[in-house]
Amino acid sequence: MSARPAPVTRRRPAPALWLLALRLLALWLPALAAFAALLTWGKPLAPWAFDWPDLLTPPVDRWISDFVRWLLNKATFGLFTFREATRALAAVVDAPYQIVRGLLTEGFGAWPPLSWPPLSWLGVIALVALIGHRAGGGRLAALVAGCFGFIAVFGKWTSAMVTLASILIAVPIGIAGGLLLGLAAYRWRWLARAITPVLDLMQTIPVFAYLVPILILFGFGPVAAILATVIYAMPPMTRITLLALARVPGEVRDLGRMVGCTRAQLTWRVMVPSAREGLMVGVNQVIMLSLNMVIIASMIGAGGLGFDVLAALRRLDFGGGLEAGFAIVALAVALDRLSQAAARPRADARRRPYLWAALATLLLAGVLAWLVPAAQNYPRGWQLSTGTFWNEVVRWINVNYFGTLEAIKTTLLLNVLIPIKRFLLGLPWLGVAALLALAGWRLGGWRLALLTWTLTSLIAMVDLWAEAMTTLYLCGISVVIAMLIGLPIGVAAAERDGLWRVVRVVIDTLQTLPSFVYLMPAVMLFRVGDFTAMLAVVAYAVAPAIRYTALGLQGVDPALVEAGRAMGCTRWQILTRIKLRLALPEILLGLNQTIMFALSMLVITALVGTRDLGQEVYIALTNANAGRGLVAGLCVAFIAIIADRLIGAAARQARARLGLEGAA
Amino acid sequence: MSEPKLLCRNVWKLFGPRAAETLRALGTSATPDRLRAAGLVTAVRGVDLAVGEGEIFVIMGLSGSGKSTLVRCLSRLVEPTAGEIIFHRQNLLAATEVEMIALRRHKMGMVFQHFALLPHMTVLQNVCFPLEVQGMARAAREETARRMIALVGLEGREESFPRQLSGGQQQRVGIARSLAADPELWFLDEPFSALDPLIRREMQDEFIRLQSVLRKTIVFITHDFDEAIRLADRIAIMKDGAVVQAGTPEEIVLHPATDYVRAFTAAVPRAKVVRVATVMAPPEGPAPAARIAGRATVAEAAPLFAGDVQAVAVTDGAGRVTGHLHRQAVIDLMLAG
Repeated sequence: MSARPAPVTRRRPAPALWLLALRLLALWLPALAAFAALLTWGKPLAPWAFDWPDLLTPPVDRWISDFVRWLLNKATFGLFTFREATRALAAVVDAPYQIVRGLLTEGFGAWPPLSWPPLSWLGVIALVALIGHRAGGGRLAALVAGCFGFIAVFGKWTSAMVTLASILIAVPIGIAGGLLLGLAAYRWRWLARAITPVLDLMQTIPVFAYLVPILILFGFGPVAAILATVIYAMPPMTRITLLALARVPGEVRDLGRMVGCTRAQLTWRVMVPSAREGLMVGVNQVIMLSLNMVIIASMIGAGGLGFDVLAALRRLDFGGGLEAGFAIVALAVALDRLSQAAARPRADARRRPYLWAALATLLLAGVLAWLVPAAQNYPRGWQLSTGTFWNEVVRWINVNYFGTLEAIKTTLLLNVLIPIKRFLLGLPWLGVAALLALAGWRLGGWRLALLTWTLTSLIAMVDLWAEAMTTLYLCGISVVIAMLIGLPIGVAAAERDGLWRVVRVVIDTLQTLPSFVYLMPAVMLFRVGDFTAMLAVVAYAVAPAIRYTALGLQGVDPALVEAGRAMGCTRWQILTRIKLRLALPEILLGLNQTIMFALSMLVITALVGTRDLGQEVYIALTNANAGRGLVAGLCVAFIAIIADRLIGAAARQARARLGLEGAA
Repeated sequence: MSEPKLLCRNVWKLFGPRAAETLRALGTSATPDRLRAAGLVTAVRGVDLAVGEGEIFVIMGLSGSGKSTLVRCLSRLVEPTAGEIIFHRQNLLAATEVEMIALRRHKMGMVFQHFALLPHMTVLQNVCFPLEVQGMARAAREETARRMIALVGLEGREESFPRQLSGGQQQRVGIARSLAADPELWFLDEPFSALDPLIRREMQDEFIRLQSVLRKTIVFITHDFDEAIRLADRIAIMKDGAVVQAGTPEEIVLHPATDYVRAFTAAVPRAKVVRVATVMAPPEGPAPAARIAGRATVAEAAPLFAGDVQAVAVTDGAGRVTGHLHRQAVIDLMLAG
């Protein structure tokens, strides 16, 4: 952000540590003193600094709700109305969805002589195994077949196929949309500048917030769910497309122009194929995010596995919920590995034999299903269920350890959570905004200061300060705990290859799990409340803390470590004096990601009765109040943006100080 | 030299906001300092060049001297800020985008420093690519491409992917591809810089062999002065975006225009650039038995003096004897360094 020339400051000898500390104190001591003064004596003098006057609160939520209503009832593009446009869009999405759904679950036609059965479970498993073999060989085929087999064995086949159908529609739309938007933004610089902040917002705003407008515009049902999924999963594709295109070597682009490509040829024949590897990362992201949306999308009518989880949660049937959750995980693992394998270039794979094999498989499976009913629908008698087992486990734990668990929970609540919550809720928005602005100014100049100041004040202005502080308290504690767990694990794993392999599998799996899955065990053991929410958030957010710490430490230049060893540093000295210092920017990014993960999980924990912004959004969803949901959602996004920008600026500063890159 | 094939008049390339207006306003007083004060970065500064038909014209300069930008200006991959580029009596800067696409498809070929091969295509498909873009039928383009692949000595590797080839082989593919459309004008942007020294030498020989067959008009970019004098018919030396000296390798080595040029030429043995015709004496006395062409370098003539040979006859292009080269002249030149 700032344009201070770095080389000059770097050439000067570094000031002593105490001098730096003194300089830091000189800045922050008066600021903190002023803040403390405001906190102690400010309330009677300036109540508006604590609670924004209600009279001055702009009714943004009503404006938005009115706007959505206007869109729905009055807006017209001349030839057709807005409502007709949304109906047309819904029809375009619905038609292929019905076909895929028919293929996978329901078949076609209602009466026996004219009806056509869906693909049998055996056929689908054989088909995905073939795709796996084409993309990554025998092992992948076995893994994918195993995942789908797991789903069949545990009796989740029909639900899983409903989910798969909506994924199969949402993912191509998300990929195509993201790719086209990315290509357009690559071609027109102004578009890139215009969509970047929108993408930032889209990725930080909680999904619940835009479920309401979608619900109002498209009604309850699979189409609305698919569109919500696309909106959620598309931004990373756009971002990655832009990145991947920018990474194509300039010479390759020159080559395209030099052989006389037209614009279209340059895009589709040169740029997109050259950026393929990067683009496939985006494809993988779209798939994973779509799966992440499965449960939330079922709130607006997606059905399938997500609905099973949600229904089980409402019945407090943890076993059933967990089982459906496992089925989502199996689906996620299969699709994740498939898309990752497809990203790797394979020179030798031929398409035609696979096409014939696929056709033969389908034919065979069809004939078999016609002859033997068990080959069409997985027979009930072969199904297993672990639901009762899990319920028993929970009951057993609760019977035997209820007292202990309750004691842990109460102690932490009384001594840590509640005092911090009280303290944060008592803070004046004016003081917080000023402190954040000061931090912004120190880290990134006046622009960042202005940004943090404005966003913080906006939260206070829409009268959601208390909710925002509750969010901050839960998020803050969870992030601290996640970092306290993640840092040592990351440090330990970075040093030992064997451990790192194990840890990486664990955190990869943790990140593939849909966020709802974290909620279940926590609810089972501690029932609803802030403590449960915190546990779920920590479990979800610990993965990036570990990952970035380990990657940062492993990324330290080995020559520097060797130099340290040559100078006779002990292991501890190498770790603290060299590695941790050089990995600081990377660890800060990990902190940033941990915060983002925590915030996104926090909104979901609204289901277990927190009192924060997430709850505000969730209530808006149940009332179908578009304005209220969006405003609260935007506030969550603001918190995320403030944290992201401050930490990003700090990481840049750290990197500049270490001489890893310029300060610009 | 007859009418030049490619002519470059007062070409400028400035990066920054409102470059063209600023340059026009400053006119002849556009010094680098003033341009920098206006917030502009100068890449190419008032370059005049003339490249003759069938000539190897080498533009030599260190990194940041603007040579790569200049060669991209010549094909308008980079839009020059001011100047004229005349090819076939047509000013390229006045050509429309459609005309430029046609020109690049049929008249120009380019070889890149890092090969710029498309990773998802085989060798054959890469070489076919320029023809495919033109819309040539599959059979015809594959036939041409196979011929080009044979020309650069890569038969049998048609179905390989670029990542399966060594650096030298990859650049052979790049060369074959740039020749596929049979261009008149051949740009080579540091084609051998990314290769190991031994391979580089081999590729230079290959390049000389190809040019003796093809007789293209060539603009060759390099940062390696030895490579320049080895390959060039004429050299232009660039510094800070401007040409400091242009001439034959011999002229540049014998008469460096500035200290900057002299720094490059100091380490070059004279015998490797000075042509026999320059140091020969008039043909007096009996005709020596051995003969050498006048355009050969003195270093190339030296082995003929092995044993006790005192003089060698020098011939012109038509084989007539135009002078005698004496042993003493060769020794003097070689001892001078």
